Amino acid sequence: MHALVQYIESYLSSDKTPGAAGNFFWATVYVLLVFVGLSIAVIAMNWLERKILAHMQVRLGPMRVGPHGLLQPIADALKLLLKEDIIPDGADKVVFWIAPFIVVLAAFTVFVVVPFGPTHAITDMNIGILFMLGVSSLSVLGIVTAGWASNSHYPLIGALRSSAQMVSYEVAMGLAVVSAILMTSLNESKTGTLSMIGIVQAQFDQHEWFLFKFFPLGIIAFGIFAIAMVAETNRAPFDLPEAESELTAGFHTEYSGFRWSLFFLAEYSAMIAVSSIAVTLWIGGWLRPFPNLLQGSTWDLAFSSVPGITFLLLGAICFYNTARMPKHPLFKIQTLGLAGFGAVLALIGLMMFLPPVRERVGDIFWFSAKVAGFMYLYIWYRGTFPRYRFDQLMKVGWKVLLPTGLALLILTAVVGMRAELLAQVKQVFQR
Amino acid sequence: MTDPRSLSPLDLETPDKTFLDANELVINMGPQHPATHGVLRVILRLDGEKVLGLECVIGYLHRGVEKIAENRTYTMFNPYVDRMDYVAAVSNGLGYCEAVEKLLSVEAPPRAQYIRVILTELNRIASHQLWLGTHALDIGAITPLFYTFRDREEILKIFEKYCGARLTTHAFRIGGLQYEAYDGFESDVRNFVSFVKPKIDEYEELLTTNRIWLERTKGVGVISGKDAIALGVTGPVLRASGVKWDIRKAQPYANYKNFDFEIPTGENGDTYDRYIVRMMEMRQSLRIIEQAVAGIPEGPIMAKVPKVMKPPVGEVYHSIEAPKGELGYFIVSDGSTQPYRVRVRPPSFVNLQALDVMCRDQLVADVIAVIGTLDIVLGEVDR
Repeated sequence: MHALVQYIESYLSSDKTPGAAGNFFWATVYVLLVFVGLSIAVIAMNWLERKILAHMQVRLGPMRVGPHGLLQPIADALKLLLKEDIIPDGADKVVFWIAPFIVVLAAFTVFVVVPFGPTHAITDMNIGILFMLGVSSLSVLGIVTAGWASNSHYPLIGALRSSAQMVSYEVAMGLAVVSAILMTSLNESKTGTLSMIGIVQAQFDQHEWFLFKFFPLGIIAFGIFAIAMVAETNRAPFDLPEAESELTAGFHTEYSGFRWSLFFLAEYSAMIAVSSIAVTLWIGGWLRPFPNLLQGSTWDLAFSSVPGITFLLLGAICFYNTARMPKHPLFKIQTLGLAGFGAVLALIGLMMFLPPVRERVGDIFWFSAKVAGFMYLYIWYRGTFPRYRFDQLMKVGWKVLLPTGLALLILTAVVGMRAELLAQVKQVFQR
Repeated sequence: MTDPRSLSPLDLETPDKTFLDANELVINMGPQHPATHGVLRVILRLDGEKVLGLECVIGYLHRGVEKIAENRTYTMFNPYVDRMDYVAAVSNGLGYCEAVEKLLSVEAPPRAQYIRVILTELNRIASHQLWLGTHALDIGAITPLFYTFRDREEILKIFEKYCGARLTTHAFRIGGLQYEAYDGFESDVRNFVSFVKPKIDEYEELLTTNRIWLERTKGVGVISGKDAIALGVTGPVLRASGVKWDIRKAQPYANYKNFDFEIPTGENGDTYDRYIVRMMEMRQSLRIIEQAVAGIPEGPIMAKVPKVMKPPVGEVYHSIEAPKGELGYFIVSDGSTQPYRVRVRPPSFVNLQALDVMCRDQLVADVIAVIGTLDIVLGEVDR
C-alpha cells in the first residue's frame, strides 16, 4: 500500500509525460482517461449543440428526457445501440463494416499527443504536430470507403465531395500550421520544435500567444486554420459531404444504428481534435491568460480559483433552474435530478478549491475551456451560415486560403529573420 | 432565344448498371427526399456534379380535385380548393369564389371585398414566409426557418380567430363572407403589421448580404423573361426575370384597383432576384393591408346569392395573383347545380416546367436551390 502511494506520488511530481518517461502503466491509465473524457465530451457536446442551437433558433431543444433534456444523449445512444443493424444487399460487407472503425480510430488516435498540460499528455513526440495532421487526415480514407462500400449514389457523391474537400483544405491547413511552427524557432537559441508541448512552451518562453505574434500575421494564420478546420471536419458551412438537403446524409446515408453512431462519435472527436490543434498552436494551449504579464502568487491564486468558480457557477445555474421548474408533482423527479446535478457540479467546484487539486487542475481546465470556445464557434456557424456549393468551396480552398497561406509563410519567415536579413544586406553594402 | 421545348429529353431507358465506371450518373431524387418539398420526384442525369438534364415525375399527391368538382355542388366544392395550395388556402378560395361569382354575375359587397383582400394578403405573407424558411433551409441556413414559422404563427392566429381554421381556412363563401370580422380584427391586423415589419428586416439581416447566400443564389437558376413567358411561368418567378406582370394590376379583381402598391421586379432572373422580389412583395402586401384596414367600409358582407346555385349555361375563366403566380379557374356550367367541368390552372404546376431549363449545366446543389426558389406546393401541382 505504501509503495503504491509512493509510486503515485512519484508520478505526480514527475516532469515528464508518461509516454516520454516510458511508464507503461501510467500511459495506459492516461489512454483510458482520455478515452473516457473524450466520450463524455462528445456526449456533453451532443446535448450542448442541440440546446445552444435551439436557443439560437427560438426553440427549447430537448426538454423531455431528464431535466432540460440532460439525459437526451443517453437516450439517443441507447436508441442507436438497440436499432436494427442494416447492411444493404449490394454493399461490400467487409469494407462497409471496417469503414466506421477507420474513422473512429483516426479521430481518437490523434489524442495521443494532445497536451492537456505540461505533463498531462499520453506522450510527447518530437514530431507531435505532424503526427496529429497525418493521423487526422486518415479519416478521409474511412469516409471514402464508407461511401464506396454503400454501393449507392448519394453516399458515393458524398464520399467524393468529402475526399476532395479534406485533401484540398489540408494543404491550406498545413501552411498555416507551418507558419506557427516557424514562430517557435524565432527565439534566442534558434531552435524550433514540432512537439505539441514544445510549441506551448515556446509561447510561454516568448511571452506571447502565437495568435498575437507579428501582428497581424499570427491572426491571419489562425484565421486560415480556423476556416480550414471547419472544412476539414465537414461541419457547416462546409458540410457538403453530408448536405442534408442535397444528399440526404452523404457518405453515411446507408449506415444506421451503432455504425452510424461511430461516425457521429468520430465527427465530434475530430472537431475536438482540430480545435485542440488550434488551441495548442495559437492560443497558448494549457497556459492561463497572461501567464507572464500577471505573474506572482496573488495572480496565480486568482487564476487557479477560476475553475472552481466556473463549476460553482454551473451549479448555481442548475439550482436557479431547479427553482424555476414547474411545481407539479409530475416534475418531482426531474426537479430532484436537476438539483442533484447542480449539487454534483457545485461539489466538483468546491473540490477544485482544495490546494492539491487547485494546483494541478488549472492546465487541463484552461485547455478545455479554450477548446470549448471553439466548440461554441462550431455551433454558432451552424446556426448562422448557409451551405457553400462544391465549386465555391474549392475556390475558397485553392484560390483564397492557399495563396494567403503561402504569402503568410514567406512573410512570417521574413519578419522573423529580419535582423539577420538586415545584417546581410548591410554586409553587402559595406563590401 | 432557345426554345425551351427543344431541349433534349432524358434517355431514361438506358440501364444504369455500372455507375462506378460511367461518367454519367442517373440519380433519383425523391419522392422521399428532404428538399423536394413534398413528394416531387426528380430524375437527374449528372456528369459528376453537373446536371445534364432532369425530368420531374409528379402525381404522388393526386387526389382528383377537378373530378371531385363535377360531383359536388358549387358550394360543396368550395372547401376542396383549400387543399390544393395548402399554404395559401385563402388565395385558392378567393379565386374559386370570384370565378363562380363571375359565372353567377354577382359581386361581393365592398366590405366583404376589403376583408377578403386583408386575409388574402396576410396569406401571401404567410406563404412567402414559409417559402423563405424552407428555401433557406435547402441552401443550408437552418435558422431562418424558425424565425419565419414563429412570425407566420401570428397570421395563423388571425385566421383561427376569424374562421376557426388555421391552414385550410375555407374563409370565403360564394357571394361574400359567411362570418363578420370578429371584434378586434382590425386591431389584430394592425398589430400584426407593426409586429412583422421589423421581423422582415430581421430575415434580411440574416441573408440578404450574407456572402455565402449571395454566392449560392446569384447567377443560379437563371431564366430570361422570354423563356419564362414561353413556359407560362408566372408570379414572383416571372417578375424576377424583369416582366412586370401582376394580375392584381393587370386585371384587377377584388377591389385591388383601389389600393396603392407597387410590383417589385428583378433584372437577372436568378435565384437572388426571386428572393429579393418576394421579400419586397411581403412589404407591399403589408402596405395593401394597412390601406385596407384603414378603409373597411360598413355594410353587408354577403351579396344576394340563391340558396341553390344554378348558374346559367356558359363558361368562365377567372384568375387571381396567388402567392405563387397566376391561379386560374376555368368553370363550365351546364345549368345544373354542379359544375360540368372545373379546370384549375395552378401556378406551381406551370412553374415547375421551368425547372429543367433553369437547372441545365448547373450543379446538384443548385437543383435544390431552384426547386426551393420556384416555391412549389405539391398539393397544387398534383391536385
